[in-house]
Amino acid sequence: MTTPISISLTVNGERVEAQVSPRINLVDFIRHQIGLTGSHVGCEHGVCGACTIRVDGAIVRGCLMLAAQADGTDVTTIEGLSDSGDAADLQAAFVARNALQCGFCTPGMLLTATEYLESGGTADRDSIREFISGNYCRCTGYQAIVDAIEQVASQRGRPSK
Amino acid sequence: MTDVSETLAAPIGVSVPRPGIERFTAGRGRYIDDLLLPRMAHIAFLRSPYAHARIKSIDSAAAAALPGVIRIFTAGDLEGVVTPWEAVISNLPGIKSAPQFPMAKERATWQGEVVAAVVAQSRAQAEDAADAIAVDWEELPPLTDMVTALDPATPVLHPDLGDNLCFRMDIDAGDAPGRIAGADIVVEESFRIHRQTVVPLEPRGLIADFNPGDGILTVHHSSQVPHIMQAVFARHFGVEEHRIRVIVPDVGGSFGLKIHVFGDEMTTIAVSKILGRPIKFIADRLESFTGDVHCRDHIVKAKIGMMSDGRIVGLEVDDLTGIGPYSVYPRSSGVEAMLVAIFSGSTYDLKDYKATARVVFQNKAPMCQLRGVGMPIACSVTEGMVDLVARKGGLDPVEVRRKNLIPDDAYPYETAAGMPFEGLSFQSSLEELVRIMDYDALCKERDAKREQDIYLGIGVSIYCEGTSPSPLVYGVGGAPITAQDACTVKLEPSGAVSAAVGVTDQGQGAAAILTQIIASAVGVPMDSVSMTLGDTGRTPYGGGTWASRATGIAGEAALRAGRTLRENLLKIAGALLQLSPDDLDIREGEILQRSDGSVRMTLAELGRIVHFQGTGLPIEGDPGVVATGHFSLRDAMFMYTNGAIGSLVQLDPDTGFIKPLKLWAVDDCGRPINPMLVDEQLRGGLANAVGCSLFEELSYDDDGQLQNGTLVDYLLPMAGEMPDMEIAHMATPTKKSFLGAKGVGEAGIIGGPGAILNAVNDALSPFGVHVTEQPYTPERILAALGRV
Ligand code: FES
Ligand code: FES
Repeated sequence: MTTPISISLTVNGERVEAQVSPRINLVDFIRHQIGLTGSHVGCEHGVCGACTIRVDGAIVRGCLMLAAQADGTDVTTIEGLSDSGDAADLQAAFVARNALQCGFCTPGMLLTATEYLESGGTADRDSIREFISGNYCRCTGYQAIVDAIEQVASQRGRPSK
Repeated sequence: MTDVSETLAAPIGVSVPRPGIERFTAGRGRYIDDLLLPRMAHIAFLRSPYAHARIKSIDSAAAAALPGVIRIFTAGDLEGVVTPWEAVISNLPGIKSAPQFPMAKERATWQGEVVAAVVAQSRAQAEDAADAIAVDWEELPPLTDMVTALDPATPVLHPDLGDNLCFRMDIDAGDAPGRIAGADIVVEESFRIHRQTVVPLEPRGLIADFNPGDGILTVHHSSQVPHIMQAVFARHFGVEEHRIRVIVPDVGGSFGLKIHVFGDEMTTIAVSKILGRPIKFIADRLESFTGDVHCRDHIVKAKIGMMSDGRIVGLEVDDLTGIGPYSVYPRSSGVEAMLVAIFSGSTYDLKDYKATARVVFQNKAPMCQLRGVGMPIACSVTEGMVDLVARKGGLDPVEVRRKNLIPDDAYPYETAAGMPFEGLSFQSSLEELVRIMDYDALCKERDAKREQDIYLGIGVSIYCEGTSPSPLVYGVGGAPITAQDACTVKLEPSGAVSAAVGVTDQGQGAAAILTQIIASAVGVPMDSVSMTLGDTGRTPYGGGTWASRATGIAGEAALRAGRTLRENLLKIAGALLQLSPDDLDIREGEILQRSDGSVRMTLAELGRIVHFQGTGLPIEGDPGVVATGHFSLRDAMFMYTNGAIGSLVQLDPDTGFIKPLKLWAVDDCGRPINPMLVDEQLRGGLANAVGCSLFEELSYDDDGQLQNGTLVDYLLPMAGEMPDMEIAHMATPTKKSFLGAKGVGEAGIIGGPGAILNAVNDALSPFGVHVTEQPYTPERILAALGRV
């Protein structure tokens, strides 16, 4: 049960070969074994969304997936998303609108918002609220986050219907 | 320093984005769990599964043999390393508590109290071993009901204390009972506000690093109060204060949690001292539910009397609160109840006021001050009572408030409980709220919808917030909690300005606010100011960030430091340019001649001359490129602020669900430094208010077992539950500082619950019922409606 498992995956475009304990979850592996600390841990039981990571194009909760299950996958964390420039407008909107206070929820929020926008989400506030409802933020009350996502949806040509 | 309040230039007052927060959007924040130190080991805890039980023996032999385990500690192993603490402060007369040890000695007094600690190579190994420790327990009867805590038949939790009363406070101003007896309309009601906890997304954590080589204890601490912790650690670990350095990394939210002393954290430091190596503790979410402090847990009985013309003539409040087995160090657990007693009724022009607050021990997790500190209770109860008596008298709740609020022209004003109000705007805040809500139209809409069986409820509340406390709150009572702050600013050779200050930033934006103030005060662009916060080794002594104090206190210190530096720089420039300093000005990092606005030199040139070419400097001695400003409030407990909140909810009488549709806030925090950040503090606080009003309740069973200690069971507001919040401002700057800014960090959580309560009861009013037990869950609403 404790014999390490060999995995090989792509993380933010870099190939990673690693020996992982069978029980280590993906977010702990990413944070502590690879050293990408932008993905956070807020509950480790799948509720808060702080650990949101993109695996093979879809966001997952990094605390609910084992590192071993990520063998052969293509993983993107907030660091990779940021470096890609794909979310630059969203990041800028978060900063301008103060859509973060302590910033602990922010990486997960940005990954979730990116999926919302890339899957055709519009500037409709209720739809935005619904989509990010799996990401807990204690600081902001969410309105600034909704504002920022709404603004970027409009900028990307998807106004509220 | 001369009064500069008339000359506070941009970026003071401008909604600029916070400098440097791009690191958070890029995933490059540095929180406590992101830090690694050489030879660092990890600690995990075994916690009591019982609310009250004797520890007959602990067998850790099997656990110690597990892979990765370095050592296992129980209470006796820390003897001589750390001394126990007792959270009493002398400004709360008669408060008592028992000595508390970092780990339970012989007896555990709440479910979640630390019983043993495992140090291992990894966190997972430490947790495995903690599970393998065998404890022989003898269960003791738990004391869980605060109502019976003071009955003679109830066993006393700490026999040496004589009874289960931690603290009691009484206020009796005028003749409230007599005036209420003579009132036309009287309402008597009891309010139950259940236990909550603040759940910052980042749990508590620290790395304690005692270096036996130089005897220096460094603590990397997810904290709001580095200097206070330095003083606490010095007291209890026998290390001199100047050999302790507390460094605060980015903090993932706190809300008053990370200012208290916790057994698990003190154990971590003790263990680092024993092992002479860095030890990391990161609380996991599940242990946080019983390992963090809780807040609220009140039963308040209130009585109010009103004349038929709407004049309120008297208010009585009797608060009972349960605080767990110990008063929490170093602030004590008496201040929450004290503020309930002092702040209830404080918004109204009321001379006849009576309050009693009793604080009792029980076998539940310790309760202490978290965001809002008693004031949300004071506001909910007062505002709830005002609405109930208005309804009984057939009067509009806004009208009743208009009649009774302390008039805007009545200042200075002393409340019945003795708070000296310097200048507030209760009346104009209410009128502004009525305006932005379009109150009359909203009432019409509500009434029209009721015809269609759609049940909207409108509620307003008026609040007073105590911000930026003086030494009168804690320091005079003997707690090592400073109310002063200092800010040091320096002109660097490059012409940039670096600043250091003892407050911290958990996301409120203290760093940005102070940057704005310094940029304005010195006359430099914001991006040439660098800030150092939260490090006892690098900043002047200061109180940290809590009680909405960073802007009001440290902001003033920064303003004074910046102004002094500016005056000094103008003197140097005047000497170099052979002009009077009065003829010169500093703007955007350039020294201008006032007469024609021409640029005479840049601060970069000045910095270079001062630092590298001092021999030619036509100034004797200290050129004054380093300046420090200090500030503390002295003559009142707080800088008081005020505001008004409006709430619109919809009730579904079939399911009991309450949907918040909209919130409005009008706040008067004096001079706003960054209006956007003020708004966001209000919104964050209002989200807390929605949470505690509708969802958040830690429920314990009769054995003192927490029933809902997971994020699945303890409900918090997510984006879908939150409405949009519209914010407006009044501005009554304080005259106690040149800056004129007061605090705003707790306004939403203080005023919000009362407005939501009143909206819920307004929605219920067609059914002739109301609720007073928070949170107002579907079950309680249906019970009130008689449908379950
Ligand atoms: S840490 Fe994964 S959902 Fe909270
Ligand atoms: S910004 Fe702190 S949790 Fe969202």
